Amino acid sequence: MADMTGERMTTGRPLTYREAVAEGIAREMRRDPTVVCLGEDIGAAGGVFKTTAGLHKEFGPERVWDTPISEQAIVGAAMGAAMTGMRPVAEIMFSDFLACCWDYLANEIPKVRYMTGGQVTVPLVVRTANGGGLGFGAQHSQATENWAFTVPGLKIAAPATPADAIGMMAAAIRSDDPVVFFEHKGLLATKGPPAPPGHLVELGRAAVVREGGDITLVALASMVPVALTAAERLATEGISAEVIDLRCLVPLDTRAVLASVAKTSRLVTVEENPYQGGWGGTLVSVVVDEGFGLLDAPVCRVAGECVPLPFADALEERVIPTVDKVVARVRDLAAY
Amino acid sequence: MDAAELLPLYEQMALIRRTERAAHDLFMSGLVKGTTHLAAGHEAIAVGASAALRPDDYVFATYRGHHHALARGATPEECLAELMSRATGLCRAKGGSMHLTKASVGMLGSYAIVGAHLPMAVGAAWSARLRGTEQIAVAFFGDGATNIGAFHEALNLAAVWKLPVLFVCENNLYMEYTPIAEVTAVARPAADRASAYGIPGEVVDGNDVVLVREAVAGLADRARAGEGPGVLEALTYRHFGHSRADPATYRPAEEVERWLKHDPLDLARARLEALGADTTDVDARVEKTVAAAVEAARNAPAPDPGEALTDVWADGGAAWRT
Repeated sequence: MADMTGERMTTGRPLTYREAVAEGIAREMRRDPTVVCLGEDIGAAGGVFKTTAGLHKEFGPERVWDTPISEQAIVGAAMGAAMTGMRPVAEIMFSDFLACCWDYLANEIPKVRYMTGGQVTVPLVVRTANGGGLGFGAQHSQATENWAFTVPGLKIAAPATPADAIGMMAAAIRSDDPVVFFEHKGLLATKGPPAPPGHLVELGRAAVVREGGDITLVALASMVPVALTAAERLATEGISAEVIDLRCLVPLDTRAVLASVAKTSRLVTVEENPYQGGWGGTLVSVVVDEGFGLLDAPVCRVAGECVPLPFADALEERVIPTVDKVVARVRDLAAY
Repeated sequence: MDAAELLPLYEQMALIRRTERAAHDLFMSGLVKGTTHLAAGHEAIAVGASAALRPDDYVFATYRGHHHALARGATPEECLAELMSRATGLCRAKGGSMHLTKASVGMLGSYAIVGAHLPMAVGAAWSARLRGTEQIAVAFFGDGATNIGAFHEALNLAAVWKLPVLFVCENNLYMEYTPIAEVTAVARPAADRASAYGIPGEVVDGNDVVLVREAVAGLADRARAGEGPGVLEALTYRHFGHSRADPATYRPAEEVERWLKHDPLDLARARLEALGADTTDVDARVEKTVAAAVEAARNAPAPDPGEALTDVWADGGAAWRT
């Protein structure tokens, strides 16, 4: 892979999200020889989503390793390597497949530091393609960030833009803690401005991506553009929505959300994952606990329906949050 | 092996046996909570293997891992303090019996999800290769782990990447309460399956410390030379049940008697006597060391409750939000 960083900086060519993922990894691999990649089809094939395109060519087979279809071995080996001086970046192709190596994410990686009394650190990144909207059916479409959210000891990143994919990848790979990095399938082809050299987005720092005074919309990954489009529509109706891109679930930037609610006094979370057990529930509970006096209306959650993701577009659209659903919910709340 | 070489191995085995007895007694008197999975009877595997390894090699063990921690260099005092929930415990009382870890001597942990640590050992071996250190990694596991998916994934990956990792099965004939033969399609659950991955699979008398050391040394040399992983199935027997809740009444009396006669300490002692060496001094020293360890652990303080909220993250804290 040519050093795309310099090229893009000079041309200023917009970058796709999928290119940004590969570039984010490449930048860290150039910086730090202990960064190595492993996963299914990530080598010469460049990944089924082309999110590792060019890495094998630039860094060779000793830094970019193709694995068998063995999710337990991929994540377990990444853990062992991370415990012994490397910074592995493991790819689990679709986030649904995290279930195949859930023992490592739930029982091993996040607990070993704690249960050894701080002796062992596990600086690894598990990257995975998350979410629906592409008609892949119920076993290749789930938004699974909530699975990881239930486990103490995992940091959770989910960028919404190409520049964030680069900056958050840098932070994730440099983190001495394990990070699950959710790349949204629905965003892979989206474009955005390139990231400057050395771009770093600290984990746990939400971004106010649109300012507004009437209501706060908090969204993650593919729901960020949904919330932004909803905010544009609402603006034409005279409702000024502030949109927060949460960027990470752990650390969770509750401070940014409370600060926004202090300004707007209304809150809606926009989540792709099912309402049942969704991260919005935790965020809302923090706001109600600590910011009840700031609120002028009930807090609401727009989330996925509690069904497996269906196949047909018409059915999938019924299940996943849409701009229409967000607009309708905010209208109700604004009138409260 | 001459007496001068064998004597320290005997001493380590005696120290482990005596520490296990102390753990058992402390459990029975209510000073160890939860449960313990004693490895009395398995000593020769941990000690023989450790004798064949370099100090900077990596070891991963199971919830039945007291002997590996001790063989690798953890002290009886820090192990017993951990079991007794003391602040001076090996893992500062956050791990307990099933998670003994001493990273500073390459004892990278004891894992209580059966089979989970085999891929980790593969990863440590991969890391050693990437860093060019010629270290090897060893995963010790029970016969029950051989029917777990992670066992097969680990062996395959280790083989295709030709990594310096040894898989050492402590076959004590029982998968918890069930005879392993009743639930396994092949006679030698680890060694018979090694060939499916193109890995050499050896079987050894796991109660003979000299034979274990030789077998591990052979496979370790091979792995270090870049020839890939090895599987060793060491036949042994638990002196106690699966855990403290298990009196092991399901085991036939004649089987128990036969194996107790084939005790690893007795075998080593007989060999030492044949070589003209006496173990009296060693036995007395071990007795004293463990008694002092029990006393020190008993007198150590409980951890500060604030410790519960440390060490989730590398910064030492547990904060999940801003």
